[in-house]
Amino acid sequence: MEFSIYRFNPETDTLPKMQRFTLPDDQVEPGMMLLDALLLLKEQDDSLGFRRSCQHGVCGSDGMNINGMNGLACITPLADLEAPVTLRPFPGMPVIRDLIVDMGNFWEQYRRAEPWLINDSPEPEVERKQSPDDREELDGLYECILCGCCSAACPSYWWNPDKFLGPAALLQAARFIQDSRDEATDHRLAQLDDAWKLYRCHTIMNCTQVCPKGLNPSRAIGDIRRTMLKKSL
Amino acid sequence: MNLTRRKFDALIIGAGGAGLRAALQLSNGDAKVAVVSKVFPTRSHTVAAQGGVNAALANVLPDSWHWHMFDTVKGSDYLGDQDAIEYMCRAASKVVYELDHFGVPFSRLDNGNIYQRAFGGQSQNFGQTQAARTCAAADRTGHAILHSLYQQNLRARTHFFDEYFAVDLLRDEQGFVLGVLAFEILTGEPIVIEAKTTLIATGGAGQLFRTTTNALINTGDGMAMALRAGVPLEDMEFVQFHPTGIAGRGMLITEGARGEGGFLVNADGERFMERYAPRAKDLASRDVVSRSIATEVREGRGCGRNRDHVLLDLRHLGADAIHHRLPGIREASMTFLGIDPIEAPIPVFPTCHYSMGGIPTNCLGQVVAPVKDTPEDPVPGLYAAGEAACVSVHGANRLGGNSLLDILVFGRAAANHILEYLSENRYHRPLDEGAVERAMARLTRWDRKDPGDGTAERIEPLRRELRKVMEDHCSVFRTDEVMREGVEKVRALRERLNHAVIADHSATFNTARVEAMELENLMDCALATIRSALGREESRGAHSRIDFPERDDQHWLKHSLYSLVDDSLDYKPVRTQPNTVASFPPKERVY
Repeated sequence: MEFSIYRFNPETDTLPKMQRFTLPDDQVEPGMMLLDALLLLKEQDDSLGFRRSCQHGVCGSDGMNINGMNGLACITPLADLEAPVTLRPFPGMPVIRDLIVDMGNFWEQYRRAEPWLINDSPEPEVERKQSPDDREELDGLYECILCGCCSAACPSYWWNPDKFLGPAALLQAARFIQDSRDEATDHRLAQLDDAWKLYRCHTIMNCTQVCPKGLNPSRAIGDIRRTMLKKSL
Repeated sequence: MNLTRRKFDALIIGAGGAGLRAALQLSNGDAKVAVVSKVFPTRSHTVAAQGGVNAALANVLPDSWHWHMFDTVKGSDYLGDQDAIEYMCRAASKVVYELDHFGVPFSRLDNGNIYQRAFGGQSQNFGQTQAARTCAAADRTGHAILHSLYQQNLRARTHFFDEYFAVDLLRDEQGFVLGVLAFEILTGEPIVIEAKTTLIATGGAGQLFRTTTNALINTGDGMAMALRAGVPLEDMEFVQFHPTGIAGRGMLITEGARGEGGFLVNADGERFMERYAPRAKDLASRDVVSRSIATEVREGRGCGRNRDHVLLDLRHLGADAIHHRLPGIREASMTFLGIDPIEAPIPVFPTCHYSMGGIPTNCLGQVVAPVKDTPEDPVPGLYAAGEAACVSVHGANRLGGNSLLDILVFGRAAANHILEYLSENRYHRPLDEGAVERAMARLTRWDRKDPGDGTAERIEPLRRELRKVMEDHCSVFRTDEVMREGVEKVRALRERLNHAVIADHSATFNTARVEAMELENLMDCALATIRSALGREESRGAHSRIDFPERDDQHWLKHSLYSLVDDSLDYKPVRTQPNTVASFPPKERVY
């Protein structure tokens, strides 16, 4: 099977290049994921750089651009991919080396969303109650693995990565706005209420299309806007 | 040496649940704390824990910490230290309520309380009816906990060194641990991080085996660092094989699947666990279920074309329960097998899952070793918690739901003791430059180029061979002859690793160098594991000897201690005396 992989080593290269790799047929097994293939290709050339860890789509390390779509290598079946499989680093993020990008800005925007539960009421000695219905509001929000596929697929984030929080961070903002145990909803909405952090989303919906966990950041952003609107009425 | 140097009160190596729980406690306690992690914190393997965390909240069925303690002692096959087990079970409710306050999105009961499910080895009333003790966030509890802990650390402004690889501990001649030599993976730059205390929270060594639920990063780094610093490892022969890994691939299917009512069947369609554990059936302890599955397959009742697995049937639970309680494993099953568990059973087989053994510690998280007069003298400045440590609450077999509990309770306890230690040790001790040089040698050794005479070994083939050797020679069933051969093979591989080179010598994000150093760590852990396993001539918990099929309390109710420096085995007694309640004396273990 043929691969075309983006290569760039800042110590030796001035420009990136696409390099051909071949995975011999006898190494291709049924049920194989793209990450399995990458690990074998790395045996051919140990300088091939990519991040990986859990191998089953929960740690979020191995996000990359696969035949033009952002996804996780470990849960992308090789059989579903057209050869040559073209692998590039996430678009819109600075490349450190090969498929490894600098996610510093992504983490910074995550932090700016204040993704932690705020509840300054006296702490009970047991759990704070939450009804199953209130808890269900968090489904589709809390499962995010911070792989970055969505933000790296978002044109608004490409253009204004410093000002627009991006879909991943906004999904987290929605997760805490929705949490019945959180008491900082007004603060959270006020924080987001400017021309950039939230409203640079133009509902392009690439985020929802690429999310490897099947989450819907676009809807979450819409929900924040609606909540904001209701508050202002 | 002209190196970047940073100084902190407390250093934590590893940013999984244990490291982050400790970091939060320290940051809130106003200590200057640094967390070093070779991956971004939310990539740590705690994220993959599915089923939940045990605490006797009694939200669903009557429960008490004392019953939890009994189950844990029995589950450990009486090798667990009962003072540590009491400490953990008593603290459980508190740490779980804290998690709720940190924002963990636990599943809920109709009355708004935390949802709890049944898990293996749990009972009410000291071994009577099944309990429901495992607090769950659907089947993504580890993810929910790890993310919440990271978020709270962001709020507390903990200092993170993300994507830094710890090379070796810096220990002076008096035995004090004074920090670590690490390097920044991004730039390849070495850095000395000095600290008055160092907490190892680097997780387990599941990459020792070919089929494993563990992430590629689980390479026993902290355990190996301890070994090289002269600290022995405790009970390394006890490796948990989880009964339900996806057959042939190893991905975890949570015990919660059986806790919710799923059951195992063999090729005859028989619910075979009824034969092995008449009362607990599919919710017997993990070692028992794994052995039963392996026995079914060995005796020819396995399923599939190669008769090499059994089936986990969830169909009777119905679509609604699977969507709500087990969405993650449905996703995994569909991704990796193309099987929707609502419609068809999942092929499963025991898979390496957890290291019960590790760096010996006491209940305060202090690393203890036979340094002076007793087998348990604290190593000054050094702490360990979580899977990297052996406190020992899991003994010979860990109960499901107790690993998340372990990391929270002992991460927190270690941090509390560190705060105490810091109040008494206000100044940094002078660094031992010799220790820095030795650690640097380990790092620069990988700058060596291929001599081009055909003698150079490569990392990946060695890693693959090691994992195969461990699987063939130190797996679910063990014998003297097979393990003896295994020890020699591991030694030979370790020797060959001395001749290994990497081709990539660039400084920027050199993953080849990281993998080479991880393999060195795995080799040390492999030797500790198989040497300890060969030494223990009995069957207890996860350690099953065909040639010594019985548990032997007279000779073997003791912990193994493997020391790498002189390649020797030693033993120390089990702490059978709890803190405030009566001891649970060893009994025959039936489920």
